[in-house]
Amino acid sequence: MLLIHCPYCEDDRPELEFSHAGQAHIVRPTDMDGLSDEEFEAMFFIRDNPKGIILERWRHSMGCGRFLNAVRHTVTDKFLKTYKAGQPRPTDKDIEDLLK
Amino acid sequence: MTKSSSQPYRIKGAGTLSRARTVQFTFDGKSYEGLEGDTLASALLANGVHLMGRSFKYHRPRGVMSAGVEEPSALMNITRDNARTNPNVRASVQELYDGMKAESQNRFPSLSFDVGAVNSLLSPAFVAGFYYKTFKWPAKAWDKLYEPFIRRAAGLGESPTEEDPDRYSNRFAHCDVLIIGGGAAGLMAAKTAAAKKQSVIICDENPKMGGWLLADSDVRIDGKSGAQWAADTVAELQAMDNVRVLTRTTGFGYFQQNMVALNERVTDHLSRPDPDLPRERMWQVRAKKVVIAQGSIERHMVFSGNDRPGVVLAGAAQMWLNQHGVAVGHTVGVYAACDTGYAAAFDLYEAGVNVAAIIDHRAEVSEDLLDQAKTHGIEVHTNANITSTSGRLRINGMTVETSNGETKEFEVDALLMAGGWTPSLHLSSQSRAKPAWDEATQRFLPGVSPQDCVNIGGCNGLDDLDAVFAEAIKAVGGKKTKIEITDDVSTAGGAIGIVGPEEHKGKAFVDFQNDVTAKDIKLAVREGMHSIEHVKRYTTNGMATDQGKLSNMHGLAIAAKLLGKSIPEVGLTTFRAPYTPTTFGSFVGHDRGSLFDPNRKTPIHDWAVEQGATFEPVSLWQRAWYFPKGDEDMHSAVDRECQTVRKAAGVFDASTLGKIEVVGPDAAAFMDKMYTNGWSKLKAGRAKYGIMCREDGFIYDDGVVGKLSDTRFHVTTTTGGAPRVLNHMEDYLQTEFPDMQVWLTSTTEQWATIAVQGPKAREIIEPLVSGANISDEKFPHMSVIECKVCGVPARLFRISFTGELGFEINVPAGYGRAVWEAVWDRAEPMGACAYGTEAMHVLRAEKGYIIVGQDTDGTVTPHDADLSWAVAKSKPDYVGKRGLQRPDLVADGRRQLVGLKTKDPNKVLEEGAQIVRDPEQAIPMKMIGFVTSSYWSGTLGQSIAMAVVEDGFNMMGKSLYVPMPDETIEVEVTGTVFYDPKGEKLNG
Repeated sequence: MLLIHCPYCEDDRPELEFSHAGQAHIVRPTDMDGLSDEEFEAMFFIRDNPKGIILERWRHSMGCGRFLNAVRHTVTDKFLKTYKAGQPRPTDKDIEDLLK
Repeated sequence: MTKSSSQPYRIKGAGTLSRARTVQFTFDGKSYEGLEGDTLASALLANGVHLMGRSFKYHRPRGVMSAGVEEPSALMNITRDNARTNPNVRASVQELYDGMKAESQNRFPSLSFDVGAVNSLLSPAFVAGFYYKTFKWPAKAWDKLYEPFIRRAAGLGESPTEEDPDRYSNRFAHCDVLIIGGGAAGLMAAKTAAAKKQSVIICDENPKMGGWLLADSDVRIDGKSGAQWAADTVAELQAMDNVRVLTRTTGFGYFQQNMVALNERVTDHLSRPDPDLPRERMWQVRAKKVVIAQGSIERHMVFSGNDRPGVVLAGAAQMWLNQHGVAVGHTVGVYAACDTGYAAAFDLYEAGVNVAAIIDHRAEVSEDLLDQAKTHGIEVHTNANITSTSGRLRINGMTVETSNGETKEFEVDALLMAGGWTPSLHLSSQSRAKPAWDEATQRFLPGVSPQDCVNIGGCNGLDDLDAVFAEAIKAVGGKKTKIEITDDVSTAGGAIGIVGPEEHKGKAFVDFQNDVTAKDIKLAVREGMHSIEHVKRYTTNGMATDQGKLSNMHGLAIAAKLLGKSIPEVGLTTFRAPYTPTTFGSFVGHDRGSLFDPNRKTPIHDWAVEQGATFEPVSLWQRAWYFPKGDEDMHSAVDRECQTVRKAAGVFDASTLGKIEVVGPDAAAFMDKMYTNGWSKLKAGRAKYGIMCREDGFIYDDGVVGKLSDTRFHVTTTTGGAPRVLNHMEDYLQTEFPDMQVWLTSTTEQWATIAVQGPKAREIIEPLVSGANISDEKFPHMSVIECKVCGVPARLFRISFTGELGFEINVPAGYGRAVWEAVWDRAEPMGACAYGTEAMHVLRAEKGYIIVGQDTDGTVTPHDADLSWAVAKSKPDYVGKRGLQRPDLVADGRRQLVGLKTKDPNKVLEEGAQIVRDPEQAIPMKMIGFVTSSYWSGTLGQSIAMAVVEDGFNMMGKSLYVPMPDETIEVEVTGTVFYDPKGEKLNG
């Protein structure tokens, strides 16, 4: 069982308190009507499945109820970082630093 | 019978058990005596019993081979009563208790005469890949012949026939250091960490800590015997507040971030367990640092006839002698490739056992050992091998080929094997460390783990006690201390794979539990299995309940040799949890029966119980299903309830409806985003049916929403849907529309909801309502008002899920029952009834009101459900708007929700039944839809159904067919509104 740091509660909490909520940093366009079918497909259906670093959303559903983002390594399952929803996507350099 | 004659192999002065504390037990119905502290195996051995089971495939006689969890052969059925009968218990670790009933397995009619042993004669047929080769054709033979045969033959032991009556508990724990294994290394690490005031948990799978210190007669630590030092250290640790000592506790699984699962067996060793104790306890430990001190496991030797009862591991013989005071025989032979064989032989010799000869596979053996053997007068043959053994139910002889090619025969009644030691890498590997091959010592050692853990002692390849202690102290950051140690035992040497002649006449077993021989491994490689994972599955090597603790290295070495590859090139199979078999009970813990899930009850629940209602579970709720009167069955009760609602009125407990309060300056704008229809223009005091879609355009939930003010909505959801709807709303609010000023609160359990439906509904509630005019004119259909009912603050809806004039009274849950009873006191004399969920379903289906999740399944759009009227056309954006425009969702021929009437009005369709256009077509028929809801409508005097059917809206009036196993039912496609299509009844 994983320990996940909730950036709102500022505490490491057991995985049981959280629910996974899919890939992070997928922006819902303000002009949904303007999306072509291909763009809608890419936005709604297509997801990354990397071996390595993934940016994903979790919800502290049995805790504060807030959505948060996480940088997780899919091989080790290790959470390298969690941050509040709405904060900017970590840069490649940020991630490289986290991996050190 | 005197005590000495009852345990003829118990050696005076040997071991640590008290001769005075005897224990009675039975094995296969026969009574025996053992000692407190015995394992079942050591007690049987004390009585001279080696024959303990039959092997899985060939039904060969088998004895106990090891003194630990690696035991492949001595598997027993231990019975307390019908519900407490445990199959496949390893006699080598099961502690003896008074009155124990043990039975051998896999034999008929008896252990010494087993009919199944005929398989051994047929063994040429049971080669590797036997199942794949044999059960191929004819196809028809599968059902009647092959499958029953395999099912009967598969698996050992028999399950209990009754439900497990025992309790299993579950605990979480945190510590600075978790030490797995209480041998010399583990105890020293614990002692050191504890002295540094760290919080320590140390566990060991055995009842007594000490590991191999308990088997080693020579070791002295600070002047004490190994066993004494271990006992004193444990006592010291137990007295400390910062240490928890767990015996009979196996660290069986290593998960992420240093979370280790331990299984503690609390009562399996007790004669009469305290009923207040759980049988087992699961510990989930999160440790800052994990110290793995699992030790190592001795390997057997692979040679012909290595499976006869009486053939045991040398270390096991030593453990039985030095811990339990039991000799494995009167005249023993030793087959060694490792120095520890000598230590065992010398211990037995000193206990008065005759050692026939030590046969050492190696050409070079230390002079010191040879000198000691000479002193004892023990014959040693180096560079020699055992080529076969004899004896039917127990070994009685061994044939040896000496270094100069001579053949020698020895009479023996036991044979010790010392094939060297395999470090236990199970937990290290589970922590995701890759095993590292050590060429010098020909073994895998723990690799570097990505987690904060360290391996010490035997599992890290150490045997010298000085080095082990130094490593243990260092592992937990202690300072080196001076310890006086005498320890002259060497574990040098070892062999993997076949020893002696490559080709055997008889069977040289690699895996005893699954009866895999060296020949099977070779055959698998010859037949093209080049990956060790394939060899494993083809031969079943290492796939039994012992998970190959003895066999994996041998199988790997044999395969590697034949493949012409090095052992690390071929590689190990993956180690997985659990390390040893773990009961389902301990995983389940308390989560069973009434504790499996919460049982949710409404405030009106007890009233319904008092009225004799029958209940049905709806998600976690218990809901009143129907209220039978007298000896009514369900059918007549539901008919009566439905018709009473239509003619007079009915009262219904709708408290389980999900309720969410949406509040804030942007509440209406937020609702506009979440629902397909518009909310900004809706007037306060009005209610509306809303559909919620996912982004892909499919219906996610529905419900009536009341607008209490411009900034406050009372949202209702389906009974089971409230949590996911709230999650869905929170998701959008927090992450897509974070600037909106909206607050969401779950209020499902805060409101009791009482529905009053039927022509007399207004008459029933009107006198109870204050602060509101509920006339049809002032309070039309789809209205909401905050008022008082029975003097209690209420939210009153004018709303209908039956098609009749209806109201829903929401009052704070604590007043639910009182208000319900006040309503009932008026309703009952007016001829109204209380109705349950079944009548509610029929009434709503007669009106074509859908239930999300029953009439929709996640692939139905609002348009498919004929709800286009509830989808706004001009709204710039809502969740699902773009999804609804996808090509597939606007294409012709989608499955659409329609009504069905059976040609025979009395025939009620089965929900889920498939629908076809032409019943004469060939099988498999093309299915064009299925029935989603189906009921008998007493009001209409006919069966009604709803279904999703391809292009359904264009099929009105057409005939379709529902093929059932015994008949084909003809149906006519209709609209979904079967009753009062104009909706006139809504106004009473």
